[in-house]
Amino acid sequence: MNRYSLRTLAREIVMIAVTAVVAFPIYVLINLSLRDPRDGSSIIAPTTSPTLHNYAAAWREAGLAGAIVNSVVVTAVSVALIVIISAMAAYPLARVTARWSRWAFLLVMLGLLLPFQLALLPLYQTIRDLHLLGTLWSLVLFYSGLQVPFATFLYMGFLRVVPREYEEAALIDGAGPVQVFWRVVFPLLRPVTGTVVILNAIFIWNDFLTPFLYLSGSDQQTIPVAIFGFLGQFVSQWNLVFAGLVIAMLPILIVYFLMQRHIIKGFAGGLKG
Amino acid sequence: MAQGFEGEVTQSAEPGRRRAKSSSAGSAGTVTRPGKRARPVLAWFLIPALALYAFVVLVPSARGAAFAFTDWDGLNPMRHFVGLANFRKMLEDEAARDALRQTLIIAVAITVVQNAVGLLLALGVHSRIKSRNVLRVLLFAPAVMTPVVTAALWKYILAPEGALNGLIAAIGPDSWQQNWLGDPTLALCSVVGIIIWQFAGYSMVIFLAGLQGIPQEVYEAASVDGASDWRRLRHIILPLLAPATTINLMLSIIGGLKLFDQVWVMTGGGPGTATETLSTLIYKNAFQFNEYAYSVALAIVLTVFVAVISGGQYRLLHRQGRAAR
Repeated sequence: MNRYSLRTLAREIVMIAVTAVVAFPIYVLINLSLRDPRDGSSIIAPTTSPTLHNYAAAWREAGLAGAIVNSVVVTAVSVALIVIISAMAAYPLARVTARWSRWAFLLVMLGLLLPFQLALLPLYQTIRDLHLLGTLWSLVLFYSGLQVPFATFLYMGFLRVVPREYEEAALIDGAGPVQVFWRVVFPLLRPVTGTVVILNAIFIWNDFLTPFLYLSGSDQQTIPVAIFGFLGQFVSQWNLVFAGLVIAMLPILIVYFLMQRHIIKGFAGGLKG
Repeated sequence: MAQGFEGEVTQSAEPGRRRAKSSSAGSAGTVTRPGKRARPVLAWFLIPALALYAFVVLVPSARGAAFAFTDWDGLNPMRHFVGLANFRKMLEDEAARDALRQTLIIAVAITVVQNAVGLLLALGVHSRIKSRNVLRVLLFAPAVMTPVVTAALWKYILAPEGALNGLIAAIGPDSWQQNWLGDPTLALCSVVGIIIWQFAGYSMVIFLAGLQGIPQEVYEAASVDGASDWRRLRHIILPLLAPATTINLMLSIIGGLKLFDQVWVMTGGGPGTATETLSTLIYKNAFQFNEYAYSVALAIVLTVFVAVISGGQYRLLHRQGRAAR
């Protein structure tokens, strides 16, 4: 069990082979993005004379600079709001056993079941009537409301196993409930806050349909929307498109590889407690 | 480790409540401050979240659902109440039947295969192999990538002159080359395959967290008893993984039933209606065919499916998980 046996070696080889298969598309992506369009050699052969020419062209054509800034702003502001309002909401839901609290809980969990298509058009009209179409605020508003059920669910799961003694001690010392929450409870929630931040940041950063609807017709774009437009524009120039795809993925992949330990733990940790 | 998951939470709700009562009674005896006076204040903590959630999800969903019983096209201010006409239309609409069939096939296939692969990967990297940390990071990487980007990448790889056929040309017989997204049956398989490629690492990570929560002694006791690998997996590991399995199945079923981005970018529902899902059909009816009321009726059907299947699945596994303990 604890030795590196022949069986472990066999297992190691199989796992490396599987990972190579999983990574193959990413190899193709990077390989072709570095290749001159006139290079007709096999797609799977490594490029002999790599060039960054495609990257320069993709950066110019796709307008990714503005899209990256927009994606960062929308993701950061939405995630901050989600964390604050969901942590606050989870506190009474996890601690109060009165009937209103249980009904509020059911109401919030209903949001996990509703598909977004149901609300799509009525909400679109409301956003239009408020003159928020084409603004980043429409996205922040949308994500903050949409993600309340999931984030609250994660916070509640965690809060239920956090002992009450700290809060009760603080109350006895004369602190008000607001103080107790921000000074005592919220700091204790840090591990699950990490999970909420990671899951929501990845979801919002990657989401396509919402910005596609709410920003269409304006010159504002987020990364997935910019890439979708770019795809349609340069449909057959794959070297150029792939350079654009790499640029679009780079921010999230850099963050992922720098923080992989926290991100992987966050994904599993929050979902399992 | 096994604590905190929804299953446990529901179970512990009762004792937790009793504890809450006794402790507040106890403190009320010594100090008058906590207890009842703090309670109404706590309700205010819900207001910001509930207000935003109602504005973005509840109210528009209710309004949307109401439109399912009208003939509104989404543009014209005129609309009439038509009762269940939109739902009756669904029964005769071949596109809706196809979309429903494909949605179910996709959801079931993803749920079964993605979790089986995820479990095998988790068992693989939860071992003494030297490369386990690197492999974990690489296997999970697709899960954080933008679906629009991965779908575009795969669209190219699966094209008739794409990388997959190029690879096959290099190593195998030409007859293995396929029109992966052009053939109706293969296109559906390709969509499922791509989702599994992207999210098997996600399932792996959740199973891995479950595996890491199983104490080492349990494994050792089983090997001392001489249990075979298969029996150890079947009778010891799987029952202890029940919470991870529940959350994984829930996520993949709901994700599969609601699938949109990848299908939209790769096939747009085609060829023909071969990869149409309820989500893409709803989108098309709402924004391209001006059949808004009908699209909302379809969305209601999707909601019911998600609720019934995930709810039933959850109860079933929850019961099994309890029985195993």
